[in-house]
Amino acid sequence: MNPTAGEQIASQIGYGVGLDALGITALLPEIFLAVAACIILIFDLYNDDEGHGMSYSLAGITLLGTMLLVIWRPYGADAIDVAMNGMFINDLMSRVLKVGILLVSFGCFVYSRKYAYDRNLFKNEFYVLGLFAVLGMMVMASAGTFLMVYLGLELLSLCLYAMIAFDRDSVKSSEAAMKYFVLGALASGILLYGMSIFYGLTGSLDLTNVHRSIGDIPVDNTVLAFGLVFIIVATCFKLGAVPFHMWIPDVYHGSPTAATVFLGTAPKIAGFALVMRLLVGGMEDLHHMWRDMLIIIAVLSVVIGNLIAIAQTNIKRMLAYSTISHMGFFLLGVLAGTDNGYSSAMVYVLVYTFMTLGAFGVIMMMSRAGFEADSLEDYKGLNQKSPWYAFVMMVLMLSMAGIPPFIGFIAKLGVIQAVVEVGLVWVAVIAVVFAVVGAYYYLRVVWYMYFESPVSDASPEGPVDMRIVLGVNAIGIVAIMFWMGDLTDLCARAIAAIPR
Amino acid sequence: MIPLNHYLILGAILFALSVVGIFLNRKNIVIILMAIELLLLAVNMNFVAFSHYLGDTAGQVFVFFILTVAAAEAAIGLAILIVVFRNRRSINVEDLDTLKG
Repeated sequence: MNPTAGEQIASQIGYGVGLDALGITALLPEIFLAVAACIILIFDLYNDDEGHGMSYSLAGITLLGTMLLVIWRPYGADAIDVAMNGMFINDLMSRVLKVGILLVSFGCFVYSRKYAYDRNLFKNEFYVLGLFAVLGMMVMASAGTFLMVYLGLELLSLCLYAMIAFDRDSVKSSEAAMKYFVLGALASGILLYGMSIFYGLTGSLDLTNVHRSIGDIPVDNTVLAFGLVFIIVATCFKLGAVPFHMWIPDVYHGSPTAATVFLGTAPKIAGFALVMRLLVGGMEDLHHMWRDMLIIIAVLSVVIGNLIAIAQTNIKRMLAYSTISHMGFFLLGVLAGTDNGYSSAMVYVLVYTFMTLGAFGVIMMMSRAGFEADSLEDYKGLNQKSPWYAFVMMVLMLSMAGIPPFIGFIAKLGVIQAVVEVGLVWVAVIAVVFAVVGAYYYLRVVWYMYFESPVSDASPEGPVDMRIVLGVNAIGIVAIMFWMGDLTDLCARAIAAIPR
Repeated sequence: MIPLNHYLILGAILFALSVVGIFLNRKNIVIILMAIELLLLAVNMNFVAFSHYLGDTAGQVFVFFILTVAAAEAAIGLAILIVVFRNRRSINVEDLDTLKG
């Protein structure tokens, strides 16, 4: 076999191994994204364009370019690439999740442009922070060691803290940022403590080695359970599952909606990657332990999230509580502990992020300078003002509620089936009952839009790109029904291929 | 030679102290930031102790990364603290009560 160009260069400059022994090519999308984000950061210094339109376009192009690199894979299509001595795993699951993360982030950027522009937040840094957060999520999706999990998570979190505080003259925004910062840092510390315990017990930071070593330790080892509790608590903090959910409503409410949409969508996909890499890739043999903890957490999330959402009058807070209940549903799929359960959780989280993205898109479309459109009252009579956006919002709400013809129903059906398959019928019954309770507050929005008369003059307006993407987003949620089988197959293959 | 247990107990005490510091503190946000730093240092203690007793350097490398990230985290935390102070002229924890519901 002829040496590759990389190997030739490496031999000329005297490295013992070819460049590709480290697997640089597997990291190509991440390297491209990191370099592009740095270039955009510097580019703005020399850019006199006050509107920052160029930075916005470049950020969008970067996301789409990275997505092409993830899908196209110029370096060949092996089943799994392990790069950097096992630190970086580029398997099918990570690629599917990365495409989801990049698409959703692209949507967030497009939706937030008008909102940010109206409030003088339309700055180059906002997009650079967003790009680095996306990089952090991609690293999380591909993490092969505890170190990469931690670094990806921190890169994501640090960017999110700054994005939430971006509206620096707003009392609410700074308070939300502070609350998120303190609890996020606490969760990171708890996660690290759990990791240190597992490192001490298994002697390795590599998740596949951890998995192998755990198999040799007696299953009722107390120290293992001790470490596992820390990992679970930290993961649930990051996901926002009850009883670690208290930051979610305040942060969703307080942040500028441009940051809320980013915080509430793509990081959930990264959270799924975190759960899969740590609990399944590293600790699947401890399933009997984490299953019981996740049952309590998932059931509480579904119950409390749906109940408290009913009492909300602010649509951002309502969506925050709905997030909590959706995280409960997604954990139902994970706790089943079967490949079917994991893949239905993956479908759930992907579907969920696109629904939330659309809902926040409508909220940002309704808002304008000095008016947040975050009260439920603002949506009264939307149908009279704009039948199309009322319809879009109705599709999103019905889909989130899990009403049959829409995709949210199929996603919920998948996780509930997975739970029933492993014999946890009582958990499934509670989930279904509270999904019905939850339908109330989604339907209330639909009722307001169609059967009440307007109380404010808020009407949806937005630039062309935003209207197109929002339309595609809403139609996509309906149209994906026809390819649901393909999506389920893809997720099933992705889960079957993860290294453990 | 000091046994591993002693390091782990010290790490656990520091960790517990910082968690208590975050939750019981009702006065000053700066103290919360200090508690967060202590939290990360407690974890570093664990990693270094395990790394030494396992004869594996990976744990110590991890500690370098944690220290670096902790520095970045402190920078962002203080920046947010300044924004909070500018907006309310107070860094009292109990004053952070605008968001409710």
